Formats: sequence, C-alpha cells, structure tokens
Amino acid sequence: MSESVGKTISVAGLLCGACSILVAGAVVALRPMQKKNKELDFKKNILQAAGLMEKNVDVEQAFQKIESVVVNLNTGEITDMNPNQFVQEKADKNPDYLESIAKKNDAAGIKKRSKFQKVYFVKDSGQVSQIILHVYGKGLWSTMKGFLALAPDTKTVKGFNYYSHGETPGLGGEVDNPKWKAQWKGKEVYNDDYEPAIQVVKGSVSAGAQNAEYKVDGLSGATLTSNGVEGTFEFWMSENGYGKFLANFRNGGIQ
Amino acid sequence: MKTKELLFDPVVKKNPIALQILGICSALAVTSQLKQALIMSVAVVLVIAVSSTAVSLIRNYIPNSIRIIVQMTIIASAVILADQLLKAFVYEASKQMSVYVGLIITNCIVMGRTEGFAMKNGPWHSFLDGIGNGLGYASILIVVAIIRELFGSGKLLGYSILPLTNEGGWYLSNGLLLLPPSAFFIIGGIIWVIRTFRPEQIEKE
Repeated sequence: MSESVGKTISVAGLLCGACSILVAGAVVALRPMQKKNKELDFKKNILQAAGLMEKNVDVEQAFQKIESVVVNLNTGEITDMNPNQFVQEKADKNPDYLESIAKKNDAAGIKKRSKFQKVYFVKDSGQVSQIILHVYGKGLWSTMKGFLALAPDTKTVKGFNYYSHGETPGLGGEVDNPKWKAQWKGKEVYNDDYEPAIQVVKGSVSAGAQNAEYKVDGLSGATLTSNGVEGTFEFWMSENGYGKFLANFRNGGIQ
Repeated sequence: MKTKELLFDPVVKKNPIALQILGICSALAVTSQLKQALIMSVAVVLVIAVSSTAVSLIRNYIPNSIRIIVQMTIIASAVILADQLLKAFVYEASKQMSVYVGLIITNCIVMGRTEGFAMKNGPWHSFLDGIGNGLGYASILIVVAIIRELFGSGKLLGYSILPLTNEGGWYLSNGLLLLPPSAFFIIGGIIWVIRTFRPEQIEKE
C-alpha cells in the first residue's frame, strides 16, 4: 500500500478528476433528453387537466390548440409580456414579482405569490373553450402543484389534476387517483355571488346532497391533504388569486 | 469462491437487510408501491455492482488513510449517474422516486460491500458480490412492497387485485401499511421467519 502524502494527494486528485469528468459528462450529455422529458411532461399535464390527453395523442400536436398569456393578478388584465419567454418557475422566484399574502388571506399556505401568472386558453375555432390555471398550495408534506381547467363561465370545472406533490403514497397521494380526479368535472368553484365555494368534505358526496356541486370527496386517511386542496381553491379563486382575472373574463374584458 | 455462492448467498443465507440489518432506511421509504421498489432495486443492484467493481480495480492504489472517502466518491458518482439516467429515460418513474435515488449514496449496503469485500477481492468476484447483495436487498424490498401495496391499496403495480370498498368492492384497505412504520413490522416478520428456519443466524447473547 502506498502511504506517502504525495501519493495520497495524487490518488485523491486523479480520482476526483475522473469522477467529475464522468458525472459532468453524463449530466451534459443527458440534459437535452431530460429537458425534453420535462417539457413534454408539463404539456401533458396541461392537456390532462383540459381532458385532451387521450391515449395515443401526440402531445405536441394536441398542444397547438392551446394558447398562453401572462396575466397580472392585481389588475386582472393580460399583460403584453411574451408568454413564450415567460417561465412561471422563474417568475415564482423573482423578487420583483413576488408579493406577500396577508396571513388571513393565505388559505393555500404559500406566503408569497408572483403577481404574474401564465394562463392557458384552449381554443376551439377561435373561441375560448377552457381556461387553464396554474394553482398550488401546501398539503401535509409538500407544495401540491396542479392545473385547473374552467369553462368560459369561469365557474364550472372541466378538469383538475396535480402534476407535482409529495404527499403520502396511498393516502394523500390519492389526489392522483383517476377516480378522485374524475369527480371534479362539473363541480363549481364559485357560488352565485362568485365567492370561492369548493369544499372538500369527509367521506363521499352523494349526488343528491345539498350543494353537491361545490363539494368534493375527501381523501380517507389524509385530512390535512384534503384541507390543503380546499385551501388551494379558496386562495386561488379569491381576489388575491385569479378572482380579478376571472371577473374580467366574465365581463367580456378579455378577448 | 464459486460464482453461485457469490450471487445467491446474499439472497437468503447472508441477506444484507435480514442478517446485517443494513439499508433499512430506503426499505421503508420506497416500498409502498411495487413499481417504485422495482426501480429502486434495479438502481441499487447497478450501483453496488459498478462501485464494487471500480473500487476493486483500483484497490491496490488506494491509500489506506483515505480509503473510505475514495469509496464514497466512487459510490456518489455511480448514484448521480443512475439518477441522471433515470431522469433521461424513465422520467415519470424518476419523478415519483424524487430524492430516494440520490439517497442510495447513504445506503449502508453499498459501502459495506466496497469496504468489506471489494477492497480485498478481484474485480470479477467483486462484481458478482455486488450483484448478489443487490439481489438480496431487492428480494426483501420486493416482498415488503408486495405486502404493502396489496393490502394497503388493494393493487399490484397499479392493477386492482382486491377491489376496495371506496371504489365499490369488498376490501377495506389497511392504511397503516401505506405509512413507513409498517415496513418495520414486515421486515421484522421476515427476519423472524428466516431465523426460524436458519437458527444459525440468531445472534449469541
């Protein structure tokens, strides 16, 4: 065994060099594929929320029906920012865009949110047929991020799904269960006065129950995740979330 | 040493989880679903095999004073490689595995094999030993995952086996099995069974 200081240092140096070349090489070589996977996955999630993601659908092609805009939440207006260059993840970290949320309004538990949000429109022959909103909020363990698709009346849910969360698999993780996701279709996020109305209730909602259009099945064994889902809707549908934008849309202010 | 012994001894006779109680942490984390357990198993088998072989190849040049950190560097590189490959080729699955792939670095089995075996044996034997121990880890992981997913959510690999009551079936799922502590009980049970049939594994008081 070689024990001299010089030898020790040279072995360490050589090894580190070799390992870093290997790791760096793999990262650089695989990055284009990873980036493509990530973008594809992102688009897939938007399509899934809109119910356009059927089997054997070409994601890129289906995505051509979707247009995006950047919305200023404080005014409810569409900004003139180029949506293709606007990256939501970066905006969510940009101190110029971030605004604190007063604690009593912060139902989603996110403390801060970017005043600019990217919103997607599904267009059928020139008409907006769905509005897709990016929503997120704290669950039990993690921030749950998802897409919500609304009909042009800004009330009726067309689809909802989470694309990223770290909830307990099998309990809170059941937000990924297709059965649970399917029940969102046709629910209404606002009551008649356009106040956030979604409630996640214990157990399951029977079709004939009073206000069933506002109620969603809770996840058994995952009360805190269920509360998180409810809080996410409460926040993002409120004035501090997409409330102004959706009101503007309802009143025909957005073409 | 025979190939067969190197490969299959660690599965039952000298199982790293059941006999040495190594690698328990990840066995708790990724066994709530069989699919995750399978991917984790493949990743761990590859990481152990690659790092054992690499350590064995340079074992005569590693200065004794820094041998642990040298092994660690090699293991960490292999793990990052595995993580990157998963992200590039099975993105969906790697998203579900999140941090657990990275945490293979801290899996004691990997380092146990490089330090305990690869430092003293040739590359071919070290490779086989790595694969064997990986299989030993994998076998426990898979058994635990089958029990947890089947009785915890009534499914295997996402396919419904026991129809759940909340989906109109008859099986009331056991929520405890979906939480990490349940894996402790199951692993404990497995160790008990193995030691009943192989009393030589029982530690002397």
